[in-house]
Amino acid sequence: MNVINFVSSFFGESAHWHGYDGIPTRLWEHVQYSLEALVLAAAIGLPIGLLTGHYGRGGNVLSLVATAGRALPTFGLLVVTTIALGFGMLPVMVPLIVLAVPPILVTTYEAMRSVDPPPVDAARGMGMSESGIMLRVELPAALPLILGGLRSAAIQIVSTATIAAYVSLGGLGRYIVDGLYQHDYEKVVGGATLVAGMALATLGLFWALGRAAVSPGVRRSN
Amino acid sequence: MRGLDSPRNGPKLGWSRVGGISQTRRVFGVLIRIDSVTKRYPDGTVAVDRLSLDIPDRSITVLVGPSGCGKTTTLRMINRMVEPSEGTILIDGVDSRQQSVNTLRRGMGYVIQNAGLFQHRTVVDNIATVPRMLGWSKDKARARARELMERVGLDASFAKRYPYQLSGGQQQRVGVARALAADPPVLLMDEPFSAVDPVVRKGLQDELLRLQAELGKTIVFVTHDIDEAVKLGTMVAVLRTGGRLAQFAPPAELLSDPADAFVEDFLGADRGIRRLSFFSSGGLDLLTAPVVAVDATAEQIACRAASDVPYLLVTGLDGRPLGWSEPGALTAGRVDVGQLLPYGRPFVAGKDSLRAALDCAVLSPTGWAVAVDAEGRAAGVVSQTAIGEAIRGAHAHASAHAASVDPKAATR
Repeated sequence: MNVINFVSSFFGESAHWHGYDGIPTRLWEHVQYSLEALVLAAAIGLPIGLLTGHYGRGGNVLSLVATAGRALPTFGLLVVTTIALGFGMLPVMVPLIVLAVPPILVTTYEAMRSVDPPPVDAARGMGMSESGIMLRVELPAALPLILGGLRSAAIQIVSTATIAAYVSLGGLGRYIVDGLYQHDYEKVVGGATLVAGMALATLGLFWALGRAAVSPGVRRSN
Repeated sequence: MRGLDSPRNGPKLGWSRVGGISQTRRVFGVLIRIDSVTKRYPDGTVAVDRLSLDIPDRSITVLVGPSGCGKTTTLRMINRMVEPSEGTILIDGVDSRQQSVNTLRRGMGYVIQNAGLFQHRTVVDNIATVPRMLGWSKDKARARARELMERVGLDASFAKRYPYQLSGGQQQRVGVARALAADPPVLLMDEPFSAVDPVVRKGLQDELLRLQAELGKTIVFVTHDIDEAVKLGTMVAVLRTGGRLAQFAPPAELLSDPADAFVEDFLGADRGIRRLSFFSSGGLDLLTAPVVAVDATAEQIACRAASDVPYLLVTGLDGRPLGWSEPGALTAGRVDVGQLLPYGRPFVAGKDSLRAALDCAVLSPTGWAVAVDAEGRAAGVVSQTAIGEAIRGAHAHASAHAASVDPKAATR
């Protein structure tokens, strides 16, 4: 049997489409974990990135934090947080957030730093407040890059959220973990295919978001 | 470019050069007083050194000088983009530090090199920025923006475009419109036209003069280009390296009486010729005797050839010049237009300056300049010698005036 056969028999089995271990349920759980982790990571990374980028301070500290965050092994962190905090949602969120904050933080900072200076000077010279400059001049210009950072963070979260299954939570990781345990490789391949599909869907979602949120004037001039 | 070529604006365009002397003699009130201001940076560099300058209202004051002379720093101290280390800046008699920085800046238009437009906003929303900050409704701010687009010569079809779709010159027009949007009394312009090509720059300069004639703003204009300074300035402040004032005078006075070797050097080798821009060609004695129509009779030709002009100017039946001819080469009724010597570019008598007249004479193959009226009909011819006499006369007249009028009234 090859992978294609695994995939077709996994998705062809009608029992896989119903119940608490059905594809819709697991998919929805996976979306929830991913979204929650992305929102929390963005809530940390975006404001810090915007402020440090706007004022141009703290760049060195940021890259240090980001490097440290990237160096932490996600699976190891999951084990440590689960031991420290017990089973539940929080020990899963911590490693996902640690994974996602660095790309958001660093790209937001870099995007804000790379905004063309003359419009900022013009805005300041016409009496715009610093928060106005940050949100209405720099942010719209930096948005394509910032969305790029959010996109890579989101894709990493979607791919990594499978770890929730190791600590007895749901999500698409369930199929992979259970399949491996049960030597049911059909299940493993099916779960992996779903994760890959969801990562691609995330890519498409961010493309659509870029079309909707980025001004045509910025999109075309870049 | 609505209004630029209309006859209503013709005379207004004229004053900037030909009428420059009478313009500068008018006494202005002082709107911005820069009082012994120094800018010293923490590393000890002095950008501006005890500069005092009274900037007259409703006129264009140009700050000019080599790079490192502190002209941009001076401009940026007026709207407190740079805070002075010492000294005070009074706006309409009030210390600029008495109001909040943003209130101060919202009352002054600010135009920078390359315009600095917001790429994510359409042209109309770029222009509406300051009115929106001042709390105008979106509709009112946009209506005002469209009005200004027309003012600065931008077609209404540009309203919904984004800056990247505009040429450099058009972007700078949007920059000027954006600065004017809330109708501030003061306009600060930091090398606004240095990044565009010379042809577009000339168009923008003419447009600024036309706008200024309509709006009467107090404009502080920074440039490193002395020609631009002389063309635009009602008053020109020449700064030297180290941020010290070398001379503050109307452009004609700058060209005739540079304060020292630095100013003279900065003005360049042809300041005498450039100064002629400020004298009208109206006083020239035009000779009409050497002008003959293309259908002239043999008698007329013979009669005109008797005058002491070595050439005759042949005109068409509509009175427009066709070219020069030696009297002997003209045969009545059989004038070959192709055989005539080219007459070059004529000057408009009374409207153009002595500089234009002299230029015509220098370029003319006969050494005589052709004067035309506003419709392009030949008004007469004038020799280099006669132009030279007019120049000497104008100089004598100007220095007599300079003696009778107290220059301190405008320059303190």
